Amino acid sequence: MAKYLLLKHYRGAPAAVNDVPMDKWTPEEVSAHIKYMNDFAARLEETGEFVDGQALAPQGEWVRYDGEGRPPVTDGPFAETKDLIAGWMIIDVDSRDRAVELAGELSAAPGAGGKPIHEWLEVRPFLTETPTIVE
Amino acid sequence: MNETLLRSLTPSVIGVLVRRGADFAAAEDAVQDALLEAIRVWPAGPPRDPKGWLVTVAWNRFLDATRAEAARRRREDLVDAQPAPGPAATADDTLQLYFLCAHPSLTPASAVALTLRAVGGLTTRQIAQAYLVPEATMAQRISRAKKTVAGVRLDQPGDVATVLRVLYLVFNEGYSGDVDLAAEAIRLTRQLAAAYDHPEVAGLLALMLLHHARRAARTAPDGALIPLAEQDRTRWDTALIAEGVQILQTALSRDRLGEFQAQAAIAALHADAPTAAETDWIQIVEWYDELAALTDSPVVRLNRAVAVGEADGPHAGLAALAALDPSLPRYTAVSAYLRERTGDLTAAARLYAEAAYQATNAAERDHLLRQAARLNTDGHT
Repeated sequence: MAKYLLLKHYRGAPAAVNDVPMDKWTPEEVSAHIKYMNDFAARLEETGEFVDGQALAPQGEWVRYDGEGRPPVTDGPFAETKDLIAGWMIIDVDSRDRAVELAGELSAAPGAGGKPIHEWLEVRPFLTETPTIVE
Repeated sequence: MNETLLRSLTPSVIGVLVRRGADFAAAEDAVQDALLEAIRVWPAGPPRDPKGWLVTVAWNRFLDATRAEAARRRREDLVDAQPAPGPAATADDTLQLYFLCAHPSLTPASAVALTLRAVGGLTTRQIAQAYLVPEATMAQRISRAKKTVAGVRLDQPGDVATVLRVLYLVFNEGYSGDVDLAAEAIRLTRQLAAAYDHPEVAGLLALMLLHHARRAARTAPDGALIPLAEQDRTRWDTALIAEGVQILQTALSRDRLGEFQAQAAIAALHADAPTAAETDWIQIVEWYDELAALTDSPVVRLNRAVAVGEADGPHAGLAALAALDPSLPRYTAVSAYLRERTGDLTAAARLYAEAAYQATNAAERDHLLRQAARLNTDGHT
């Protein structure tokens, strides 16, 4: 088994095929989209492949250490051009192919007009633990 | 096995161990061990005297732990000093534990965790699941909390307001995992009300009951939020409402108003309206005025602006809103709602979308998105 992170972006991913802001959908389309996402996670729980899923608020800021005895420096809110992660799902699957297959399904979530969004998702393998047998 | 009964015995069993000479932290650990043991063995053979069983097992665990620490002399002293089992001052023990677990030296998160374990009798795993943190993290939080209150004497009365704030936090967290925190908060507040006669304790209990009564109507089958005005009122729990109203009336008759009684009074007025249109908004505004005088909270003033909007029309609501800080949580959402009611749909749609962007939880964000979507797509759906 291998863990993969599926990353969804508010900004910074290549444009989706069906690229309409969510507040311009109908309320029913919004509901259908949310249902699709929930059902997807529930299905992965049943197949034993779901690990975690979280959504992030669009707000945030940069923070860095500024030296001994000084408060951290902050910079924010984020510039309009910054990549912005919207949320993630962590899956534990048998292969890279399975991870790609699931990401494809997630990207097919319905959007405006009830049609799939075809949004770009980032698929990132976790670095694994050191195996017990290495020779 | 009745797990609620088992858990309700927790504080008094801890009290017995403390009176026998155990310090709070060790007593609490021993009782937690006894609870886990009870969950394991009671289903096969429930004891005739559940509390006696728990006291015996917990006391043995405590002695084992003391022995393991090689504090032999101290243990022997304790065994010698052990009083004959007699009637326990249960209500007092329980009350002292509420105060200890909500001690002002604790952070809110620590006070909540310690209360759920030592007063509520939940296991560390259950508390961790409810708050979506790893079990080891929650165990550490509880252990640090116990160190923080180690020097606090159990016989000092505390400020009940700190206890009420902790219970309110537990209730407001709703529920996730297999522990229903709202129901647990109600159980703990009931138990507190039985041990401590105070109008604000009654006020908080009434507030919880009145909100809990609407729970089934508050979310659609798909998890979407249903605002108060659109809820199916036949799904409200009338028994809980009746109980809440009765508790509130008794509390109010004592003429010692506090913020929880005032909040409960507002919830009772909503519960009393057969339809949203029949809500007595004038009285609700008056209660918000009382509440603002008691707490001076900006959130109260924001909710008051909503009520003014209903009582005197959206323009009056917007005027009340204009006096508030726009960076308040939900300010934009309230503004969107009032704008829509004035007929300014373009501004309302823009504000709903902005409010969705600022929302701090997913259900509220989705709800606000749907509102923006509704106004943006009206006429061409």
